[in-house]
Amino acid sequence: MRELKLMKGNEAIAEAAIRAGVDGYFGYPITPQSEVMETLMALRPWDSTGMVVLQAESETASINMVYGGAGCGKRVMTSSSSPGVSLMQEGLTYLAGAELPCVVVNVVRGGPGLGTIQPAQSDYFQTVKGGGHGDYKLITLAPASVQEMADFVELSFDLAFKYRNPVMILSDGVIGQMMEKVELSEQKPRWTAEYIEENHTWATTGKKANREKNIITSVQLEASVQEAFNHKLQAKYRSVEENEVRYEEVMCDDADYIIVAYGSSARICQKSIEIAREKGIKVGMFRPITLYPFPTEQLMKRAKQVKGMLSVEMSAGQMVEDVKLAVECSIPVEHFGRFGGSVHSPGEVVEALEQKLIGGDK
Amino acid sequence: MKEEIIIAGFGGQGVLSMGKILAYSGVMQDMEVSWMPAYGPEMRGGTANVTVILSDDRISSPILHEYDTAIILNQQSMDKFESDIKPGGTLIYDGNGITRHPERTDINIYRIDATAEAARMHAVKTFNMIVLGGYLKVKPIVKMENVIAGLKKSLPERHHHLIPMNEKAITRGTECINQVSEA
Repeated sequence: MRELKLMKGNEAIAEAAIRAGVDGYFGYPITPQSEVMETLMALRPWDSTGMVVLQAESETASINMVYGGAGCGKRVMTSSSSPGVSLMQEGLTYLAGAELPCVVVNVVRGGPGLGTIQPAQSDYFQTVKGGGHGDYKLITLAPASVQEMADFVELSFDLAFKYRNPVMILSDGVIGQMMEKVELSEQKPRWTAEYIEENHTWATTGKKANREKNIITSVQLEASVQEAFNHKLQAKYRSVEENEVRYEEVMCDDADYIIVAYGSSARICQKSIEIAREKGIKVGMFRPITLYPFPTEQLMKRAKQVKGMLSVEMSAGQMVEDVKLAVECSIPVEHFGRFGGSVHSPGEVVEALEQKLIGGDK
Repeated sequence: MKEEIIIAGFGGQGVLSMGKILAYSGVMQDMEVSWMPAYGPEMRGGTANVTVILSDDRISSPILHEYDTAIILNQQSMDKFESDIKPGGTLIYDGNGITRHPERTDINIYRIDATAEAARMHAVKTFNMIVLGGYLKVKPIVKMENVIAGLKKSLPERHHHLIPMNEKAITRGTECINQVSEA
């Protein structure tokens, strides 16, 4: 058996990045994710794998360093928390527009503005509905444990390169700061220059005499060319939606009600369904693991079976809109959640379920 | 077996590291564990608390609204968490600085004067290990050998020479905890 370590979600991101053979990390410190870079600096991967770890002068600089590294076909990443990720939005739309693969981790804290340093899930809209300008999507994974923080790093790079698209790991202060047992994967080698040249022929690796030059850009002044490119992007997103939906269902088969929750809220709600079932309420939990692509069809399937759904998120109600769209308003869908840095307790969720859905059912 | 614990006191008392050592002891005993700090602007003298769960099964929520055991190390935490202990649960507190003693009659209450004991031992920094020892006397959920293994894992190697002193503090804690009232 491989070694089990007790570590924070943020530390797991750093450890997993090194072991996945990532080429570069560029970041700027911000609570509650500073342990990502702190851990990388402590582990000194430049001495072992040759991975670059660099503290940039700002989040704007880090995301543009990511752009540069990604353009060369390197596996590069950054991480930040909400206000820092807001600063990165221009870079993210440029990365999506230039079809560059990269991984961005957002350990979400309460907003708006500088907000608070405590956990929140109020960057859902920013992440899955745009954030930056233009018709683009970020493939978004929502880890619900420290183990998933570790596992999703490599998965994110796989998806990023498969689709040549930025991937966001949307975490929050709970998952970032909590410690759990983690099993880390074996150390993988970084990609060689030959591997990149052979497998990522779009990358700017230095033009050889026998090929056309590669241009990394997101600008097309000709409207018809830009429209054709947008069609290409949309086709790519349809393929992502068809192939990459990930979700988990807990006790849904006999459920009268379903709680829909992701990330740390899903952990809390798992306890809520234990409490509710002790009270005789048949409730299950549906956890979207990918927030984009959203598990629309799978939720619709469950809508045919249950009397109502409660979207539980640490926001004033964001994912609830996607749940309503998914079930086409065929059943009552309500929202519950504390926000602005406050975290709902398992008991509060059960009370909300009783008041908002079951009470209304009588 | 599942034990849901809140440890609460002042920043600087070693609340978070005590929780970490307890959690690592659980890992050494092949249990599922979670350690969730109520993090904030960190400062000495501010309040600090951590939720630690040790369980034989997969842990659902790392955040709780009621606890099997509350380890309370200042008055603010007494005011905040006494009411959140499950009926029949356990409250362990250090009497130092406590102006309002616990009032619940449906829980088991223990007092450990660890602040005083640490001063007597001329090792004030081992305060949290005295408390941990007291807790393990009341709730022997992890074997002492696993606690020592957990201690080794939690402490950076440059501090490993302090392990015997911490071990002594844990043992002292098992001896100086007293039951105040029974549920």
